[in-house]
Amino acid sequence: MTTNHRSDPTTPSALTDDAAPELRDLAVHAPSGLVTSVLVEVGLADRYAPIPSPIGRLVVAWNGLGVSAVEAAPDDASFETSHAARTGRPVHRADALPPRLGRAIERRLAGDRRVAIELDLRGRTKFERDVWRKALEIPRGEVRPYGWIAAEIGRPKAVRAVGTALGHNPVPLIVPCHRVVRSDGSLGQYSLGGPANKRTILASEGLDPESLEMQARAGVRYIGSDTTRIVCLPTCSAAKRIGPTHRVPFRSLDRAALAGYRTCRKCRPISVAGNVAA
Amino acid sequence: MEPDDALIARLDADLDGSFESLVIAHQDRLYSIALRFLGDPRDAEEATQDCLVRAYRALAGYDSARIRELRLRPWLATIVLNLCRTKAGRRNHAGAPPLSLDFDEPGKALAEPRADPARSPVAIADRREARARWAALVGGLPQAYRAAVVLRHVDGLSYPELAQALGRPEGTVKAQVHRGLALLRRAYEDAERREREEMTA
Repeated sequence: MTTNHRSDPTTPSALTDDAAPELRDLAVHAPSGLVTSVLVEVGLADRYAPIPSPIGRLVVAWNGLGVSAVEAAPDDASFETSHAARTGRPVHRADALPPRLGRAIERRLAGDRRVAIELDLRGRTKFERDVWRKALEIPRGEVRPYGWIAAEIGRPKAVRAVGTALGHNPVPLIVPCHRVVRSDGSLGQYSLGGPANKRTILASEGLDPESLEMQARAGVRYIGSDTTRIVCLPTCSAAKRIGPTHRVPFRSLDRAALAGYRTCRKCRPISVAGNVAA
Repeated sequence: MEPDDALIARLDADLDGSFESLVIAHQDRLYSIALRFLGDPRDAEEATQDCLVRAYRALAGYDSARIRELRLRPWLATIVLNLCRTKAGRRNHAGAPPLSLDFDEPGKALAEPRADPARSPVAIADRREARARWAALVGGLPQAYRAAVVLRHVDGLSYPELAQALGRPEGTVKAQVHRGLALLRRAYEDAERREREEMTA
């Protein structure tokens, strides 16, 4: 075996288990953004970025668990303060949404309900989650009364609580609480900057809020078809297809039933008599 | 810096409130391990981030007794090394070279140069070159020796910690370190000889 290597202790090749400064010198600092990235990924901090919307600039906040907030914030500083106060988490400005999330939100706002968007709903009650999950089922361009949500989640008497839960929706637009309206046909409240915004958003989705309200004021709550003998909520996609000569307006489901109509399986109209709250 | 057992006690009492301290305390060493094992700064950053995210999720699922038994240094080293091995395996399957030939310095050095007259630009350049050279030599070691040498000499784990991190008896990891250092010395000398030959050729 040849052992002709130098044994001069001052050369780096003297490297031993007791002294290997050349290797110790290979330790480096981690990249500067790593702490924030880790905390965001585990949900101990959030990032946010602005997105365009029919009602102007909104900010979307997210972390590794999902989207945590959608808000109409006048400026970054006020959003950071309010978000931190509400969630207890620091929030960091990002240049843009992660591309996949950005595309998913774009598609969801365009009406594609199949696209999956994870949500960070920690600390929310089961009732609130049930309400929001149900609101997600309302198609773009349609609306449902508060009482419809209450009935569908098996809490028909909790109409007012449904209204409150929708008002607390942390991710408006992504969870389309704007598609839930009062059973008397008026649009009702909206958490994302007030009722005028609700009107704008519904109009941007292809509804005509004025004619909707006019119809409601005239006492029309349901629309039936005299060919199919099926009765729908007025904005149901099936109701919209009924030709003008076959449209039959109803004030109540009782009257529709008396006339021999059955309820639509798609929009599942329910009797909301007496449930005009919220 | 806070000792790990004080940190463990805080993690046990309030994981969400103290996890940031764990990240700050361990990120440099975990990144250094990953960088010197993988060679590529982007892969190393990813492995370090994944490691800390996994550590958080594991801690969130552990009961108090299990958290208090933890020894953070070897435990975290095991996690990051496993992620590095998976990455390295995937990369080899993809047919990419096992280490980056990019000699740019990733990250700022932890320690300032020891020899101090050496703050001249030439000395700094020399040091950068030396580090790049040693990094490449470490990257050229077979995986088992590379892991042992990096944990022992870049990270500075004790042999009991090293044995725990690698899940091997102390005698085995000691032998791996010694063998790894011998390979490094030889590789260094081979490189030097080649350089001399090229210069005189």
